[in-house]
Amino acid sequence: MITLTAPAHGDEFGAPTPEELFNLAPVAGVEWFTKPVLLAVISAILVIGLTWAAFSSPKLVPRGVQNVVEYGYMFVRDQVARPFLGKDADRFMGLLVTLFFLVLVWNLLGVVPIAQFPVASHIAFPAVLAISIYVLKIYLGVKHQGAGGYFKNMMFPPGLPKPIYVLLSPIEFLSNMIIAPFTHAVRLFANMFAGHMLLAFFSMVGFHFLFVQLTPLGAPVGVVGVIMTIIFTGFEMFIQFLQAFLFAMLASMYIGGSLHAEH
Amino acid sequence: MTMAAKLLAAPEEGGYNPLLPHTYELVVGIFSFLVVFFVVGRMLVPRIQKTLAERTDAIEGGIKRAEEAQAEAQALQQQYRDQLAEARHEAARLREEAREQAAQIKAELREQAQAEARRLVEAAHAQIEADRQAAFAQLRAEIGRLSTDLAGRIVGESLEDEARQSRIVDRFLDELESSNAQAVR
Repeated sequence: MITLTAPAHGDEFGAPTPEELFNLAPVAGVEWFTKPVLLAVISAILVIGLTWAAFSSPKLVPRGVQNVVEYGYMFVRDQVARPFLGKDADRFMGLLVTLFFLVLVWNLLGVVPIAQFPVASHIAFPAVLAISIYVLKIYLGVKHQGAGGYFKNMMFPPGLPKPIYVLLSPIEFLSNMIIAPFTHAVRLFANMFAGHMLLAFFSMVGFHFLFVQLTPLGAPVGVVGVIMTIIFTGFEMFIQFLQAFLFAMLASMYIGGSLHAEH
Repeated sequence: MTMAAKLLAAPEEGGYNPLLPHTYELVVGIFSFLVVFFVVGRMLVPRIQKTLAERTDAIEGGIKRAEEAQAEAQALQQQYRDQLAEARHEAARLREEAREQAAQIKAELREQAQAEARRLVEAAHAQIEADRQAAFAQLRAEIGRLSTDLAGRIVGESLEDEARQSRIVDRFLDELESSNAQAVR
């Protein structure tokens, strides 16, 4: 961290620090209106616009944009909702589609030119979603299994020798009530955060050694930086999709666990 | 844990802590999430769900109709096949019947012909017998006439041998008598 955070003096190359990359100045002079906020608003408009274009008056035989968005819908239904919710899948499709599409667009903005900032790399955004799912999870659990039943099913799964519960119950409580929502948000946040840092690092290597300080020794390093940027952009797109999928899948899993007692 | 503690303690040092959410981002985040959820999740997803259900219905309806048509075609084919088999069976039965009838007719005809032949033969026999009787009767009369004639001649022309002549006539008449009796019987 010490070497990475060392500031650039003149011609010397300095790797980007998290503060430089993520602590951005307000866009239009308004204190709260920063780049991630702007991108979050754009993402919301994009998701609504695309989905509206596709599903506002859906055709029996899909055409154009309906095909594309329907493909996404089918993906969420078959890969995210049905494996965990079964026959309740349709009830929660609205929520899961919203989650998946919103997170996917947030993430993909990380590699879209000019935008080039994954919204989810600011923890507030994943946290909002994770907290919403957390609240929904507890609400559904208490509603479907009863307040006592929900915690009893969670902490005291039947069929184990009694001494085990001494160890198991606190772990189950901790993992379900505290760690799950935390990791739910942090998994997405950390992936986007790290991915953005990697991309920024390699592109800055390329920029610095090819434009700012072009030397015979430095040029190959700059070329490597550019190549790595391209490779990692592709890799990052995969990660961005994967994280959106995982986020929606975990939400589906938590909801499914609340609807029906596990074990 | 020390890392996390350091991260959480970072703001005290005045640095940037990526794990601490900004309040305004939380507000914008929850607001954009709720708006998207309302529009996409509450308004648009039910529409596509309805359309998908309709599409499934349409496809299943099409499949069902096709199955019905196929079942009907198969039933018709079966019906035709049955009818064909029945027709063949009927034809075979008719042929058999005709054959039997023909055999019967042939037998009847043969019997009739045989009866006719028998009748003809009998009639012929009867005719022959009658003819024979008639011929015999005629012959008898003729013989009588001839014998008388003969006798007349004998009597008339050879008187010198009268005794011999009379013996001959007697014998002749005896013979005639006996053969006549035989013939009448």
